[in-house]
Amino acid sequence: MTRDEIRSLVRSALGEIAPEADLEGLDPAASLRDQLDIDSVDFLNFAIGLHSRLGIDIPEADYPRLSTLDGCVAYLTSRSKSP
Amino acid sequence: MPSLGSDMQAGTLVAWHVRPGQPVKRGDIVADVETEKGLIEVEIFESGVIDALLVDEGEKVPVGTVLATLRPAVGVGAPAAAAPGPRLAPAPKPAAPSRPETRAPEAIRRPPAPARRLRATPLARRLAAARGVDLSTITGTGTGGAITKADVERAAAPVVPAAVAPAAAPAVPVPKEALGPMRRAIAAAMARSKREIPHYYLAIDIDMSRALAWLEAENARRPVTTRLLPSVLLLRAVARALREAPELNGFWVDGALRPGPGVHIGMAISLRGGGLVAPALHDVDRKTVDELRADMLDLVKRARSGVLRSSEIADATITVTSLGEQGVDELFGIIYPPQVALVGFGRMRERPWAAEGMVGARPVMTATLSADHRASDGHRGARFLAALARMLQEPEKL
Repeated sequence: MTRDEIRSLVRSALGEIAPEADLEGLDPAASLRDQLDIDSVDFLNFAIGLHSRLGIDIPEADYPRLSTLDGCVAYLTSRSKSP
Repeated sequence: MPSLGSDMQAGTLVAWHVRPGQPVKRGDIVADVETEKGLIEVEIFESGVIDALLVDEGEKVPVGTVLATLRPAVGVGAPAAAAPGPRLAPAPKPAAPSRPETRAPEAIRRPPAPARRLRATPLARRLAAARGVDLSTITGTGTGGAITKADVERAAAPVVPAAVAPAAAPAVPVPKEALGPMRRAIAAAMARSKREIPHYYLAIDIDMSRALAWLEAENARRPVTTRLLPSVLLLRAVARALREAPELNGFWVDGALRPGPGVHIGMAISLRGGGLVAPALHDVDRKTVDELRADMLDLVKRARSGVLRSSEIADATITVTSLGEQGVDELFGIIYPPQVALVGFGRMRERPWAAEGMVGARPVMTATLSADHRASDGHRGARFLAALARMLQEPEKL
């Protein structure tokens, strides 16, 4: 799966928890939590959304790596390549 | 029209999900109603067969108005109406002779009800109501075609310059829009609370190290789909602690405490773009941690991007609110009338903690109780908070 495909899946998972958000206008290097005003429940729903789209189970210890859009793409790209 | 909050005056029937002749059972969703709290799914509280729909879609009616009549499932006329396959047949209803003929074709044309509902975010619905925009005229650009705030603003755009243009009357329009229906509802409920309820306030610091360590270990072996959040433990602990202080769970009505019919915890959920709802998680004391977790994730998701149900809006017997994630150390909330208590949670922060003659750093959270002094005394409130702290020392038992 390409980075662009993963980026688009991340956006769609974010759109599910924050349908109001201007996802095109997101700063990819800034905190998603701050930009989208998401809390821990939203974040867990987001992680579940990523799991259902990519089949990747994200350990709690890795949550900090998902704090920005760029971080999500980098992390999920590396995870989708590893066995 | 059910009362979905003590200050609700009226609601707009947006869509019917049932037809005359259709059998329904308790808990079925029969209609969508637009209120100041957004779009609510109205559940029916008795089983039977829908006899007649008395309010048209789009009609705004006061609380207490009869929306529809229901026949008992094994009533006199029921078998006749039910016989020709009520789910499919849009039976040209003998049930409502007074209604104009136009209703029947409308019912026939109607595709399955849920598909008919406009997808729109809660914020978009509130904005549309405030600006008088008809959502059915808008094409949504959000996820799954949902109508967003930006869509409503675009649709409302031509109106704005017109309103701004006549500089002659500058005083009127702005404040009304700023004070949307939800803000007005919150203002009315909170003002009534402070006017009528003699609050007392208590606080306790709770050592969260055991609870958090248990959660971390538990979550390490759970897949993301069943992972727990601290708030699940907090809600369970509140429900169990209420057993030791039942006076905090219920309503103050007509000068007396009416105990809650169950432990239905209203969970304060902030909405993006402002506003707040506190829908109920039902029977928190009887659910397992995993059931509660699933219900909570679903409730928060629906509150922020979907639709709540009438029972969730009306049933809460106590409210829990948390501002810990916003960095607040402690909060003293205002009780939502006619409830008699509200529990507040601050953030979990590392603090010096003395225990058994030793000082160490531990995650500490301040829990607070705001309670109605007409219904309970500080002594009982203190017992509740002590029980809450105790429950959180044995997370595996929650």
